[in-house]
Amino acid sequence: MTAPTTLFAHVDVSAWIGGYPFREAPHPDPEVLVRVLQRERVARAWVGWLPSAWQRDPSEGNARLLQALAPWRDVLDPAPAVRPDWPGWQRELAKQVEGGATSIRTYPAQWGLGPGDPGLTALAHACREVGLPVHITVRVEDLRQRHPHDVAGDVPAATVRALARAGTGCRFVISGAGRDVIEEVAWGLTPEERALVWFDFGWVWGPPEEQFARLVRALGSAQLVYGSQWPLRLVQQSRALVSLLPSDIAVTLPLPYPKRGEETSAERELL
Amino acid sequence: MNNSSATDRRSGTPVRDAFPIPLAGAAPLIDPHAHFHTERSGRTDWDGYNTSRLQAGERIGVNAHVASVLGSWGHSSPTYFPSPDDLSFANAWLRDFAQRDAERPESGGQRVFAYVAANPNHAAHALQEIRLGLDHGAVGIKLAASRKADDALLDDIASEAARFGIPILHHIWQDRRREWPNQDASDGVELGRLASRHPTTQLLLAHIGGGGDWAHTLHAVRELSNVHVDLSGSGIDRGMMDATIQTLGASRVLWACDLTLCTGLTKAWALDAMGLDPDALADVRWRNAVRLFTRAPFTRHGEALVA
Repeated sequence: MTAPTTLFAHVDVSAWIGGYPFREAPHPDPEVLVRVLQRERVARAWVGWLPSAWQRDPSEGNARLLQALAPWRDVLDPAPAVRPDWPGWQRELAKQVEGGATSIRTYPAQWGLGPGDPGLTALAHACREVGLPVHITVRVEDLRQRHPHDVAGDVPAATVRALARAGTGCRFVISGAGRDVIEEVAWGLTPEERALVWFDFGWVWGPPEEQFARLVRALGSAQLVYGSQWPLRLVQQSRALVSLLPSDIAVTLPLPYPKRGEETSAERELL
Repeated sequence: MNNSSATDRRSGTPVRDAFPIPLAGAAPLIDPHAHFHTERSGRTDWDGYNTSRLQAGERIGVNAHVASVLGSWGHSSPTYFPSPDDLSFANAWLRDFAQRDAERPESGGQRVFAYVAANPNHAAHALQEIRLGLDHGAVGIKLAASRKADDALLDDIASEAARFGIPILHHIWQDRRREWPNQDASDGVELGRLASRHPTTQLLLAHIGGGGDWAHTLHAVRELSNVHVDLSGSGIDRGMMDATIQTLGASRVLWACDLTLCTGLTKAWALDAMGLDPDALADVRWRNAVRLFTRAPFTRHGEALVA
C-alpha cells in the first residue's frame, strides 16, 4: 500500500481479524482491513486473532493469524496472543518472536488472570527481554450489551497498575479503556511507570461531557495511540474525538508510537 | 473545520461561501435525540455542558437539536422517575432556552426544538404538560423509563400524540433481559405493543446504540411501520447501522447523538462510507426527521428544510 500523504496515525494498535463468537462481525478479513486503513489514512495495523481471547490454547489461532497476514505483511503486523498460565507459553512466545510479532496480546479477563497475577508479570518480563510491548484489552464490548455467555468482566485498572509497577521495564498498550481506567492507571503510577503505558482512547467520551478534552488537558497526548478495535467497532471514532477537541488543545498528528530504539528518556532510565 | 468550496465533496451539495463545510459534510443534519441541563441539574458545569453540545453541533453541522431535559437529572427526583415539579420546571426551562438560542445575535434560525418530557405515573400532569408545551412550540413528547412502554398508562399519551400529529421519543433498552437499576426500562417488544395499540402514533425508538442487543430490537419492530429508530448512543458496533437500515429501510432510521456527539460524528462518517444512495442518506440525516416532526420549522442557513 502506498502511504497516504497526510496520515491520521502511524499505526492502529488494536485491530483484529477473525470472527467474533457472540455476533456477526462483517468481513473480518485482512484484505478488508487494508482497504479500511487506506481510507482512514492509517499506515499500518497491529493485528490480533479475535477468537483467541475465548479459546483455551491461543497457539492454533496464532498460526492462523500468521497464515492470514502473510500476503499483507507490508501493512499488517502480527500481534499474536500468549497465555501465561498455559504450559509451554515461553516456547509459544519464542515462536511468535521468530514469526515477526510486533506486540503480544494477552486477555486477563477472559483467562481469569487478576491483578498481580505472577504469570502476567512473567510474561511482561519475557516480552521486555525480546523488546515487545504487552497489549491488554480492557473490554471488547460494552458491559450492557454482552452476550449472556460472555461472563468475563472488564480488566480492572489494578491489573495494569500492578504490571507497570512490577519493575519489568516492559511497555504496555491498553485498549478499550474509558476515561476512568486511563486516569486511575495514569495517576496511580509514578511518572517513570506511567511512561511505560500507552492507551488507545476510542472509548473515551467527547462532547458534551468533554471527557477526552479533560483527559488530554490533564495528561497530555504523549501516551495516546490510535486503536480501532476493528472489526467490532467503527474505525472513525478516534478521529471524531480528535476533530471535536476544543481549539485550545493540540494533539500530535499523526498519532505516534515509539519505535524500537526510540524509547523516551524515562524509559531508557528504567531500562 | 474545512474551508468552504463550491460543493461538498461527499454529498455534492452546493455550499455557500459564507458557510464553511462542517465535519459531517454540508448536507442538512438533524439530531432528534438531544439533551440539555439546567441550573437544577445538580452539576456545576451545566451551562458548559449545554455550550459544548451547541458548539460541537456547529462543528459537526447539526442544523437542529430536538431536545429534552429529564427533570433534575437525579438531583431532586430520579432521572427516570422525575417528579411533576421537576418536569414542569425542566420543560419550561427548555422552551425558554430554545427561544433565547433562536434570538442569539448570530442566529441563523432556530436550532433547538423542545420535546415535552412526561412521567406517565402522573397522568393528568403529563397531559397538562403536553398541551402546555404544544401551545408554546414543543414538537414531540419524550418518555424515558418511568413506566413500561406497554403499560395502559401510556395510552392517553399515545392518543394525544396521534391527535396532535407529534412523535414520541421513547427510551429503550435493546433486549432488556433483566430489570436494570433506577429505571423501568422497556425494550423493543414492549414498545411494539404500544405501537400496535396505537397504529397512527409515530414512535421513535431511542438509541439503537445505547446498550443491549440491537439485533433483537430490529426483529422486534420490523413489521411495525409506525416505529422509527434513532442511531444514537455510545455504541458504535460495526454492522449495526447496516443491519438497521437493511432491516427497517432508510425511511425509518434517523441519525442522532444522545449523550455523545463524538459517536454521532463517527456514525455520520460511517454513513458516508456505507455507500448509501443519496436519497437514503438524506432520509437518515434529516428528511425522516422533517417528516416525523410535523410541527418543527427546521431550517438550514435560514431556509426551510422540506423533505
